[in-house]
Amino acid sequence: MSESLDSYLALSALLFAVGTFGFLARRNAIAMLMSIELMLNAVNLAIVAFGAFVPSLRGDASVIALVVMAVAAAEATVGLAIVIAIYRNRRTPLVDEYTQMRE
Amino acid sequence: MPMELLVTLVLALPIAGFGLTALVGRRLGTRAWIVAVPAIVVTWAIAMVVVWSALSGGFGADGLHFTLYEWVPAGDFTIEANFAVDNLTAVLLIVVTTVGMLVHVYSIGYMAHDPGRWRFFAYLNLFMFSMLLLVLAGNFMLLFAAWELVGLCSYLLIGFWYPRPSAAIAAKKAFLANRVGDVGFALGIFAVWTTVGTLNFTDAFERLSEGLAGGQIEAWAITGIALLLFCGAVGKSAQFPLHVWLPDAMEGPTPVSALIHAATMVNAGVYFVARANPLFSLSPEAMFVVAAIGIFTAILAASIALTQNDIKRVLAYSTLSQLGYMFASLGVGAYVAAIFHMTAQGFTKGLLFLGSGSVIHGVHEEQDMNRMGGLWRRMPITHATMLVGSLSMAGIPPLAAFFSKDEILGEAFKNGFLWVWLVGIVVAALTAFYMFRLMGKTFYGPSHVDPAVEPHVLESPRSMTVPLILLAIPAALLGLVLGLPFGAGLIGQWLEPIFEEAQLNLGLHHEPVQILGVDGVLILVSVAVATAGLAVAIRLFGFHWPLRGDDTEAQPERVVVLTARAPRLYRASFRKWWFDELNDLLFVRLGGRVAHFIWWFDRAIVDGTVNGIGDVVQGAGRDLRRIQTGRVQNYALGIAVALIVMAGGFLIVTAR
Repeated sequence: MSESLDSYLALSALLFAVGTFGFLARRNAIAMLMSIELMLNAVNLAIVAFGAFVPSLRGDASVIALVVMAVAAAEATVGLAIVIAIYRNRRTPLVDEYTQMRE
Repeated sequence: MPMELLVTLVLALPIAGFGLTALVGRRLGTRAWIVAVPAIVVTWAIAMVVVWSALSGGFGADGLHFTLYEWVPAGDFTIEANFAVDNLTAVLLIVVTTVGMLVHVYSIGYMAHDPGRWRFFAYLNLFMFSMLLLVLAGNFMLLFAAWELVGLCSYLLIGFWYPRPSAAIAAKKAFLANRVGDVGFALGIFAVWTTVGTLNFTDAFERLSEGLAGGQIEAWAITGIALLLFCGAVGKSAQFPLHVWLPDAMEGPTPVSALIHAATMVNAGVYFVARANPLFSLSPEAMFVVAAIGIFTAILAASIALTQNDIKRVLAYSTLSQLGYMFASLGVGAYVAAIFHMTAQGFTKGLLFLGSGSVIHGVHEEQDMNRMGGLWRRMPITHATMLVGSLSMAGIPPLAAFFSKDEILGEAFKNGFLWVWLVGIVVAALTAFYMFRLMGKTFYGPSHVDPAVEPHVLESPRSMTVPLILLAIPAALLGLVLGLPFGAGLIGQWLEPIFEEAQLNLGLHHEPVQILGVDGVLILVSVAVATAGLAVAIRLFGFHWPLRGDDTEAQPERVVVLTARAPRLYRASFRKWWFDELNDLLFVRLGGRVAHFIWWFDRAIVDGTVNGIGDVVQGAGRDLRRIQTGRVQNYALGIAVALIVMAGGFLIVTAR
């Protein structure tokens, strides 16, 4: 375990970038949801890192990390429910096929 | 009540004749006159009864006033259909119904071959109704309605032969020129209403003069009202600068020219100013304007009449000139003389127009006097009656217009308007000249009639010659009956009470006529001048001396020499002082430019702004629509980019 905050933040930024790229580049709705989870976890990593290295933030960081996990769980549930509902109608998980509401 | 009933009948019969003829006239074929003409003959008879009662004093000093019904009941603002018959109305009734009746009879023959004759008689009856309403009206509103109605009839009848473009244009021109005057007239009526709160003639004039005396109404307000109302008279009576419509109105059938554009409608302006004498006499400025415009029109029109070649146009300019005399007379305070001249002119000019119609009919619809000449042998009755009319018009005693014209000139001189008298004398000479130029070119002198037509030139049928003879009687004798003895004739006895107040306002008093003094000299001067004009015309354009047995005393070469000596003057007169060109330049070209610019401004700037806003919104909507692709990734990219920008911005701001 490294002693420096920067390395944790760098890993967090890398994970966030991977998540963002996945979200923008993937056409599959499931993969996009997974990318969102990745971004949320990247942020969580940054938060707990701050909590570990900045003494005044220690208690707050743990609470915020727990809140983020709860929100992420709720988001994944709702997101998956929507994706399944659409999939049942459209018979495809690819988001660029969902053009019915266009214009 | 019986008198009221008769006056109502005078109005009801022509309008009923109009309705019937308009409804069933087409089925009557050649007998389209069968309703219209008897209706007017009966109207004439009834009107004569009314006139007799009025002039014999049967209605008292103020005349007969009665209300038929409440026309416009609108709260405080009510207008009644009320009528007034006094001596002034009575004199007008004589002219309108008599000339009207004779013109109706004449039209039976003149319009016999026109397929639109039922339309003609219907319009003619409508005109009679309108004109009688105008004369009988007892308030401004009713007068205005009649004023517009006669304008409408004039329009319809000038454009009677509407397939001819010139007739349609002339009708439009008359209508538009009248509108210009009527705007002023309407404004004048509004001003009367706001100033005194009544439109009844008697009440309004009374309150105006009381208001001026009591100081509630300023003098300039009186002048303004008078001048606005005078605008209407200028339009209807075709005075400068709105005179241009009357000569073109000759495009209408000749009976129409005789009735509407010589004897009756064009007199409406004169009648109105005379009716409003208590108002006009309160404002010396307004009187001056009336006199100046009148005498200017008189000389302007007379100078144009000298060179015109269309027989009806010469008469039209003559009418303009005589109307100018009447306004000059009104302006110098000689009201009786103005109405006298109107009466004499009405009969005389009606006769001359009907005579010219007979001539035109005789030479197969030719109106150019250069293609007439020597007609006196072939059309003796037309010639004799027109000779009477021309002599009267020229002011040769003892015919009608001599008395009236002389009274105008005499009064102008004695009331101190020397310039009016001087111009008037010149106009008198010009009048005599152009009337006998017309007679010479038409009846005497060498014949220029189309050789193919000449053998067929015949006197007109009796329905046309009888009205001519009947009109020649008043044209010859009216002056003797009404004008003698000088200054104390019948016409003066009839009309002086009406103008008493005006005379008082103007500070004029009636002096006895000195036939051996100043009046005699004035008469001699005007007769001498008229005779001179007549003699010159005879020398130049020919006259028949039965004893010598030759018809051709005309000296066309002298005419050419004379016109060549003053080419500018000749061209000015021939081109009518370029008034049509001036109007064309001012209103058609310049006005057209302005109108065109305004049209452009409206289209480009006003519409452009409104449409521009719409276009921008529409275009923005159309372009921005593309952003909404329906792809989640695009939206997500937007969010990401916006986040980066916001975060970057935050960093830049906080880094400072």
